[in-house]
Amino acid sequence: MQAELLDIRNHIAQYPPFDDLPEELLERIVSGIEVVYCRAGTQILELGQSNHWLHYIRSGAVEIFRRSGELYNRVGEGEMFGQFGLMMNKKVRFPAKAIEDSLIYKIPDEVFQYLWEQDENFADFVEIEDRSRLRSAVSRREKSNELMMAKVTRLISREPICAPTTVRLQEAARIMTENGVSALLLMDETGERPKLKGIITDRDLRTRAVTHALASETPISEIMTEGLITVSARSFIFEAMLIMLHNNVHHLPVIEGDEVRGVVALSDIVKYESQSSLFLVSNIYQQKHVKGLKKVSKDVRDSFVRMVNEDANSHMVGSAMAGIGRSFSQKLLELGEEELGPPPVPYCFMALGSMARDEQLVVTDQDNAMILDDSFIPEEHDEYFLALAKFVSDGLAECGYTYCTGDIMATNPKWRQPLKVWKQYFTQWIDSPNGETLLNSNIFFDLDGIHGQTELAEQLKTLIAEKASNSQRFLTLLARNALNRTPPLGFFRTFVLEEDGKHQKTFNLKRRGTAPLSDLIRVHALACGARSQNSFERLRDIAKTKLLMEDDASNLRDALEFISIVRIRHQALAIEEGREPDNNVRPEDLSPFERSHLKDAFQVVSNAQKFLRFRYNAGGGRNV
Amino acid sequence: MSSNIKSRNSRQNWPENYRLLAEQAIDPRVRGFYQAGCPDPDTPIREVPLLALDFETTGLDAEQHSIVSIGLVPFTLDGIQLGKVWHQVVRPKLPLHQTSITIHGITHTDIDQAPDLEEVLDPLFQHLTGRIPVVHYRNIERPFLSVALQWRLKEHLRFPVIDTMAIEAHLHPDRHPSRWQKLMGKQPTSIRLADSRLRYGLPHYAGHNALIDAIATAELLQAQILHHFSPDTPIGDLWV
Repeated sequence: MQAELLDIRNHIAQYPPFDDLPEELLERIVSGIEVVYCRAGTQILELGQSNHWLHYIRSGAVEIFRRSGELYNRVGEGEMFGQFGLMMNKKVRFPAKAIEDSLIYKIPDEVFQYLWEQDENFADFVEIEDRSRLRSAVSRREKSNELMMAKVTRLISREPICAPTTVRLQEAARIMTENGVSALLLMDETGERPKLKGIITDRDLRTRAVTHALASETPISEIMTEGLITVSARSFIFEAMLIMLHNNVHHLPVIEGDEVRGVVALSDIVKYESQSSLFLVSNIYQQKHVKGLKKVSKDVRDSFVRMVNEDANSHMVGSAMAGIGRSFSQKLLELGEEELGPPPVPYCFMALGSMARDEQLVVTDQDNAMILDDSFIPEEHDEYFLALAKFVSDGLAECGYTYCTGDIMATNPKWRQPLKVWKQYFTQWIDSPNGETLLNSNIFFDLDGIHGQTELAEQLKTLIAEKASNSQRFLTLLARNALNRTPPLGFFRTFVLEEDGKHQKTFNLKRRGTAPLSDLIRVHALACGARSQNSFERLRDIAKTKLLMEDDASNLRDALEFISIVRIRHQALAIEEGREPDNNVRPEDLSPFERSHLKDAFQVVSNAQKFLRFRYNAGGGRNV
Repeated sequence: MSSNIKSRNSRQNWPENYRLLAEQAIDPRVRGFYQAGCPDPDTPIREVPLLALDFETTGLDAEQHSIVSIGLVPFTLDGIQLGKVWHQVVRPKLPLHQTSITIHGITHTDIDQAPDLEEVLDPLFQHLTGRIPVVHYRNIERPFLSVALQWRLKEHLRFPVIDTMAIEAHLHPDRHPSRWQKLMGKQPTSIRLADSRLRYGLPHYAGHNALIDAIATAELLQAQILHHFSPDTPIGDLWV
């Protein structure tokens, strides 16, 4: 390359995927360029025509169309087009038309093929399947996080300390002290081989044994925890973390086959990574007043930012934030019960929406409800539950979880009802649905019991799982609602590009990205009777039923992960800069990497919506 | 509109001239240039091989000043081939002025090591032969080349050029505001290369050298043809 062509080289070297190319390849590109000027309105590439050039836009703007004539993209300075055909049969697959006077640098096919073969980044960028590009972007990110890649077994430093279930309280305490452990595994030794039966922890000894002044000869089996939550030895550390956060346990036995490999404690994970979300959770439980909780709540945003900076994935961040929110609710309920006395009838406190899905972020309001036991008598008992609901709701508001504007809170008598009424609600929603009421009750189909008789919430989940899959009309209306919000087409310069070619200055990443995704995933999940709540877990369940092809489910997973992480990072950045985090993003705030992959992700959402419309016969889509 | 970019040169019968001049030429390179012929004036511009040409010089007068560098790029209306560009610094007869040094970015060291134009005539003629030169402002490249060849080969070189500046001048006949218009704040329309390019949405090139200017001129001609003429416009309507 002539040194005098530096101006041209420098222009290309600013833009992805050229910005990572070695000098030798850049020079090769420049030397191959043919420059051509196109007036606005010129059809640069016609469908089916043969094409042997990659087109790079030096100045101006070009619109790219689908075979059907639909607008596919609008590209400007530093972007390219024409690559799809080069990777197939040298025939134009996406016609292109200049919409401004444009100066195009045409790069010959030989050079393109060489770059495609030689440079992995370049290949990733131009790969014909936008989805695989998204996949590699997501997995590359995840690989950079230690917690994501390290197996839970790395945290096991010793053989598990076990005792038979027949030992007495004092003996158990002695074994724990001698071995310096905070948890003791209890084995059922009546069979051929010892079997893990229960666990007892330091905390159990304090809360169950000491406070109740139990005799030292009490059999340990009377106070141990059974029905253990465990983690597989093949799991990653982050999965162990998610299990702890979701279930509020601090010790996890690690199981391989039918053997116990060891125990991982919350403190092990905190030590391994400065992953303060778990630390924060344990801190919440130590508080004795709402005032203390309010003080701890100041750390939530820091914890969020730290996780983002440590490259946690969206599932980790969402679960951690939901786990923190759940812990605040649980602690407030404990404090409320201390103040008001024990509940007159059993009840279950439910989280709804994003907290139930383990997809909570920092900008969030409270969505909750109470299921009361069917022995509930309003005149006698409701005063108590209203007071408790109010205590929790006010406490949550103190801690930064604003009141729900739609009044979906246990303080609303409508959402503080006995199980039989809840069953009627859901039966009515599913059996005789109405588009409008469904739109407002959508949120109840993401539910999770977080305190009290969580069994009550499980009964509702069972009812939903059984009924929803059999009601075509319900699914059709739910699908129709899920089509109300659509993603944008992409970006052009500093604008958001809409399908009809119009421009917007900003867009809402939740309303136009993550919400349409979780909405459509919910429809499929209900259709196949899945009980899971988290969108990633729902996708796994959906994929098992063949309702979606394995590949489509993976594409949705990648799209959700990518859009979520951009949204999360956008909020973390706002917090770091001292601004109030929100969901509104301006295209100029996005990196070129984010822009191009967001576009791919939007495409996945858009295709998935088309399939949803077809699959559930949901008709013409928006405004129906 | 396309009929009046005229000079004495445009009315000449260039194909016939080339035939006559080929017979008179002594230097084989000059003869070869003419023998390659000149397209008929009726030939559509899209069919004509073109060569954007730019010289950096020590001044504006071909009789007094010298060429410092040559940049050129062959092209057609379909494309400008960056793989075929040529850039050459040559040693001027007279010392460089301080001012031109800063403009061209060419240093005394570059000059001291540069060949005389005579040493690079072979590649220069290879590029010129069979192509119609395109320049921005016809009173530099053609006269400087002519004088330089007279000195070194004792031969003239005569050829038509397309002048993108003449085309702009023709498109903006009223570019100098009257006194009254000046009073009203009307600015003159600049037909300099960089300013002309702006009118067609062509990018600004930061670098300044004979090669980038040649490329810039080629792009400008493409834009002018597509905006104000047509690829079918006869070359005879454009050359001067």
